[in-house]
Amino acid sequence: MEKLNKLLEKVGAGKIFFVISLTIFISFAGLNTNIFLRAIQNFVKIIINIWWVLILVFTFMFLINLLLNEKKISHYVGKNSGIKGWTITIFGGLLSHGPIYLWYPLLSDLKEKGMKNELIASFLYNRAVKIPLIPLMIFYFGIPFTLILGFWIIIFSIINGKIVGVICNENSN
Amino acid sequence: MNDFKTALFKTKNAFINSILVLLGVILLISIIITIIPDNLKIETGVIFLDTLIAAIFGSIAAGNPITSYIIGGELLAGGISLLAVTAFIVAWVTVGVIQFPAESYLLGKKFALTRNIVGFISSIIIAFLVIITMGFF
Repeated sequence: MEKLNKLLEKVGAGKIFFVISLTIFISFAGLNTNIFLRAIQNFVKIIINIWWVLILVFTFMFLINLLLNEKKISHYVGKNSGIKGWTITIFGGLLSHGPIYLWYPLLSDLKEKGMKNELIASFLYNRAVKIPLIPLMIFYFGIPFTLILGFWIIIFSIINGKIVGVICNENSN
Repeated sequence: MNDFKTALFKTKNAFINSILVLLGVILLISIIITIIPDNLKIETGVIFLDTLIAAIFGSIAAGNPITSYIIGGELLAGGISLLAVTAFIVAWVTVGVIQFPAESYLLGKKFALTRNIVGFISSIIIAFLVIITMGFF
C-alpha cells in the first residue's frame, strides 16, 4: 500500500488513471473490433460535443483567478455565505451545461479557495435538472412528471448538500 | 483584481492537472455508451427490486441524459414501473461510477464516495416521492 501511494505521488494519480483507461479502451481492439471502432466514433463525438464547454469552464476558472481572491470567494460560497451561497449554487447548477466531470476542475479550484463541500455537492446535484432537455422529458413522461421530478431534485440538492457537508467536514479530504 | 500572469499560470496548471483525468473518463464513457444496448431490460416482477436494479444501472451508465430518457421511455413502454424508470433517470444524472476516479482525484475521495452513495440512495427515495406526489394530481 505504501509503495502504491509512493507511485501515485511520483507519477501522479491522474496519469495512472489515464493510462489504465487507455489500456482498457485499446484492449477492446483485441476483444471486439466492432465495439472498439464504435467506441472511437463515440469518443470523437463526445470531444466534438464538449470542447466548447471545456473552454467555457477554463475561461470561468481564469476569470475567477483574475477577478476574485479567496476572501471574495469565501464571501460568496464559503463558510458564512448562508442563503446567498445556496442561491448561487442552486442556480449555477441548474444553468451549467455539459457533462458533470467537466466541472470538477473548476469546483476543485473553488474548493481550494474556500468553497464549502455542501455547496459543491448541491451544485453537482442540481445539474440533474437539464433545462434544455425539458421539452424532451415532457415528450416522454409528461408535464406533471417533469415538474414534480424537477421540484424534488432541487429539494434533494439541499438535503444531499447538507449530508455531504456534515460527513465531509471542511478539514477532511 | 489579481495579476493577469498569475491567473493565467494558475489556470494553466489546473488544466494540465485535470486534462488527463478528463480524457480518461471520456475514454471509459465511450466504451460504456457503446456497450449499453438501447433496449435495456430491467424486469424481475418485484417493483422494489426493479427500482433497485434500475438505480444500479443508472449509476453505472454514463453519457448524455437524452439516452436515459430514450431508454426510460422504452422501459416504460415495455411495462416497467414508472418508479423504476424514475430511479433509473435520476441515478443516471446524479451518480457517476465511471466518473468516480476523476471526482475522487479532483474533489477528494471522501467527498466523492459520500456524494455518490447519498446520491444513489436519494435516487430511490426521489422515485418514491415523485410517484406519491403524482398521486395528488
